[in-house]
Amino acid sequence: MAAVDSAFLDLHRLDHLAGRDSVVHRLDPRVKVLITLTFLICVVSFDKYAIAGMLPFAFFLTLVLGLGGIPAGFVLKKLILVAPLALLVGLFNPVYDQQPLMQLGTLTIAGGWLSLLSLLLRFCLTVGAVLALIATTGFNAVCMALEQLGMPRVFAVQLLLLHRYLFVLVEEGRRMDRARRLRSFQGRGLEMRTLGPLLGSLLLRTLDRAQRIHLAMRCRGFDGTIRTCRPSRLTGRDLLVLALCGGALLVLRAVDGPLLLGRLVTGLIA
Amino acid sequence: MHMADALLSPAVGGTFWAATAGTIAWCAKKVQQDLDDRKIPLMGVLGAFIFTAQMINFTIPATGSSGHIGGGLLLAILLGPYAAFLTIASVLVVQALFFADGGLLALGCNIFNLGVFSCFIAYPLLYKPLAGNGTSRTRIVIASIVAAIVGLQLGALGVVGETVLSGIAELPLQAFLWAMLPIHLAIGLVEGLVTAAVVTFVWQARPEILESAATTRPLGSLPIARVLAGLAVAAVLTGGVFSWFASSFPDGLEWSIAQATGKDELDEPAEGIYGLLAGFQEKTAFLPDYAFRTGEQAAAAEQAAEPAWPAVDSGTTVAGLVGGGLTLLVTIGLGLVFRKRRRTA
Repeated sequence: MAAVDSAFLDLHRLDHLAGRDSVVHRLDPRVKVLITLTFLICVVSFDKYAIAGMLPFAFFLTLVLGLGGIPAGFVLKKLILVAPLALLVGLFNPVYDQQPLMQLGTLTIAGGWLSLLSLLLRFCLTVGAVLALIATTGFNAVCMALEQLGMPRVFAVQLLLLHRYLFVLVEEGRRMDRARRLRSFQGRGLEMRTLGPLLGSLLLRTLDRAQRIHLAMRCRGFDGTIRTCRPSRLTGRDLLVLALCGGALLVLRAVDGPLLLGRLVTGLIA
Repeated sequence: MHMADALLSPAVGGTFWAATAGTIAWCAKKVQQDLDDRKIPLMGVLGAFIFTAQMINFTIPATGSSGHIGGGLLLAILLGPYAAFLTIASVLVVQALFFADGGLLALGCNIFNLGVFSCFIAYPLLYKPLAGNGTSRTRIVIASIVAAIVGLQLGALGVVGETVLSGIAELPLQAFLWAMLPIHLAIGLVEGLVTAAVVTFVWQARPEILESAATTRPLGSLPIARVLAGLAVAAVLTGGVFSWFASSFPDGLEWSIAQATGKDELDEPAEGIYGLLAGFQEKTAFLPDYAFRTGEQAAAAEQAAEPAWPAVDSGTTVAGLVGGGLTLLVTIGLGLVFRKRRRTA
């Protein structure tokens, strides 16, 4: 419950961050969605032992987060909150993959450890990219962008309504849950037996609410589509950013920059 | 359990994205044909309801631990398969974007695992026939439990299949299955019981809600041929997973087979799906030489049983370490610069 509560506070925080203004915020949402997708595909297409080659992507992500004014502590906290899953599955890599891949003096490093490190880096990059997108764009704008990119309209409307009523219903659910826990002593009354009627009455209230919303929307001329008065058009600047970032990401994926840099440096020393 | 981006390969993630996007488009068309605009706010609010329901914990009998409801089957019962699928998909999109649960690329897999199985297999093929017209409490309870268990088992199987097909995690199929399936059996039982409790409560308090939900949607029109085709695809995929696993984990099943029979027998059937996937990956890779490198490493991994380890080029290792370290330093430096600038600003 505490974890969900803090996750929910983060929801407000993300909305708040999206309301700021920066170079990244001002970009067209469609451009940001496309760049994020390119980033994700580049990252997950790396070889399973790749580590150094992925680091330029961390550089790119840090640059975007910094330009967008997203606090690093916030992103790190989110990463730690959701990390257990990837860690749990990845922890078996060193156990099952003991083929030595790297020789450092007398120390031999097994492939499993490399792939575990690679998996964790992958995890940070993919989760960080999605956070960067939503924290600099906002949910509504991402939905609109996805619709303009071809998502069915019914689904876009569904996402917008869900986001809007999330806050209302979660508040109501938290009130009910608090009331139930305040009346419970030594954990009595929290069993599965009480959950059915509890969720049932929340459901009935929800259905009544949906009915009222439907009537109110009908009164205002709702015909199944949501219209926005925010004009969105792609400027030349947006297209330039898309081309530059997309190109840069593809080049970073194709050329192992750190390896070249390392060769250059070791070559200079030797 | 949700799939994460980090565990996915682009080929698997892309395939499931395509499948899920197609299903969403199909369901959106079906819901729009329904011409019942009451359903649109209902779907939105019920999606938010599922979120709320997931936040309310309860103690699971005999274990002392606490759990929460998933809600896929409940949505299918209340809304019908098409609208329920869209609602589940929207809940997962919000979870992926805000709670970093799963990931953007893994979204396709997650919607498929949690949506398709409960809406298009567990609900129409199990819940509907077992519950009948929904006038008997026992039948509702039995139908909910059976449908929830089957839906969740298929979903867990999906997670395992997608992870093993991607090949990023080394966890062998057998161990993964043994970890996932019993846990999801218990989760499915609890999910079924809670779903049944909610449905019977609504049925006692306001029976007309379930009746209208049962009559307004085109339930009988679910094309059985498509469902069978989907099941066939799932069967082929599962079979593929099994055979592919046999060759790509030399220290797992194959090792024990080699120990038992003295020769690698399972190499032959595995060539097909692995070669197909590798070919697909080669086509989707940005530079062919990268795919070539992967191929080389896969070949190296297959030779792992030989006493001579693949030659380790220490020059490349050192260069990679130095370059990687420098890149990391520059990245951290950039982060610190931004941090300082924000403090002074």
